[in-house]
Amino acid sequence: MFYFSMFFQYVAQYMKTRLEYRADLLVEIFSDLLFQAVNLIFIIVVFGHTQFLGGWSREEIIFIYGFFLVPYALFSAFFNIWDFNERYIVKGELDRILTRPIHSLFQIILERMELESLFGVFTGVGVMFYAGSKLGLTVSWYDPFVFVLFVVGGVLVYGGIFILLACISFWADARTSIMPMMYNIGNYGRYPVDIYNPVIRFILTWILPFAFVGVYPSAYFLGREEWYSYAFLTPLIGVVFFILSIFTWNEGVKKYRGAGN
Amino acid sequence: MDKYIEMIRIRFLMMLAYRTNYYTGILIYSINIGAYYFLWNAIYGDKQEIEGLSVLQMTTYVAVAWMARAFYFNNIDREMADEIKEGKVAVELIRPYSYLGMKTMQGLGEGLFRLLFFSVPGMVIVWLIFPIAFSAEPAVWLLFLVSITLSFFINTQINLLTGITTFFLFNNTGLIRAKRVVIDLFSGLLLPISFFPVWAQSIMGYLPFQGISYIPSMIFTNGFTRVEAIEALLFQAVWVLILFLPIHLLWTLAKKQLIIQGG
Repeated sequence: MFYFSMFFQYVAQYMKTRLEYRADLLVEIFSDLLFQAVNLIFIIVVFGHTQFLGGWSREEIIFIYGFFLVPYALFSAFFNIWDFNERYIVKGELDRILTRPIHSLFQIILERMELESLFGVFTGVGVMFYAGSKLGLTVSWYDPFVFVLFVVGGVLVYGGIFILLACISFWADARTSIMPMMYNIGNYGRYPVDIYNPVIRFILTWILPFAFVGVYPSAYFLGREEWYSYAFLTPLIGVVFFILSIFTWNEGVKKYRGAGN
Repeated sequence: MDKYIEMIRIRFLMMLAYRTNYYTGILIYSINIGAYYFLWNAIYGDKQEIEGLSVLQMTTYVAVAWMARAFYFNNIDREMADEIKEGKVAVELIRPYSYLGMKTMQGLGEGLFRLLFFSVPGMVIVWLIFPIAFSAEPAVWLLFLVSITLSFFINTQINLLTGITTFFLFNNTGLIRAKRVVIDLFSGLLLPISFFPVWAQSIMGYLPFQGISYIPSMIFTNGFTRVEAIEALLFQAVWVLILFLPIHLLWTLAKKQLIIQGG
């Protein structure tokens, strides 16, 4: 209960500060939209030259991209920890976090929220409906629930991977630029895994399971039965990775000694 | 002239001091190239060529486009925005050199550093992993060198323009981000311009962006005939000249309405 009220208080504060600079907020949402548009244009232009991509049609690829946008938007809104090392460890800010009466990771999530990214949820759902109607997909009564389940799974996968990476800073002092690299690897999950070679496919499924944020769950909605078993693994993989990351985080916090005065 | 060469040197040495960041940078670019490599292979399927480019040329195109980006890319728009916001620009303006010239030279120092320590080793690594065809003709290399120099100037001029807008907009982080996204697409980094529908190509013919990535990459992959390559270089050179005009105009306007608070 306390965590809930903390969350909403932070959200309220956040809205106040952001709405103070409305023009800036609008430009940021606009540049996000532009970025998503560029990715869609890429897909459309490419399909001007080919019918299928590893056996998947244009609308299916667009659908996968639409699905990917939803968990990705939620992830970018709440797990802004790519600069955890510089911001919290090097500057010693973590000391302040640890004196607060809520879980340290939750506190950081609250402080680093970027709610405007949530706009991507609308874009993503819109893109999915567009592609879905072109493909003639029908929505059953249970599909929205499955969708929510898969989206949560995808967010947990993304969150888990990035928390685990942030945890590296508890053990190693070195400034790591692994984070931007991960954002790039995450893009691999937006396309059907069958186009990659087996090693990359294995990595994307079991080690850095980004395929569970794009192709696999989308395969369920696209009725691609050969991938159903992977699709339904999405929430499980998400939970496993997230629990693993929380556990590592807690161990890391125990090891944390501060960065000086 | 001496002082500008000194600026290139200083920036080069500064970058040298922080070189560890670049090893991971090469890895990031290689991952990007890898993603596009697999994607393009799937797109080609059994096709021999698309728009006159074979798969091999396409892979080379992607690799060289990203590695050339390391040379022409710089953050001087963001640096300018910061200096203007913090009021440091006031001190810069009374110094005995051109502020915009100084920024360009810093960008060049950065670019030369990355060309030597990023693009060249990066290209070797990428060549070891993916099939890439290097041209054996010295003329192609010469044209390519001229072309990336011009693409550096076009990109830097666009950055200068974006940087100057800070004088009028005060906060232009969103604009800087939007500009980067637009350049990635319209410069031909993600897709060769010849892949776009014809109507889009004709619009882009009136814009400077393809001079940033498409032209040098096509020259490198032998996608252009010799005549086309020369024409493309002229296209770049003309844009470098044209872009001086808006920069000069905006800069004069900016200096007139500049207000420095404190300092």
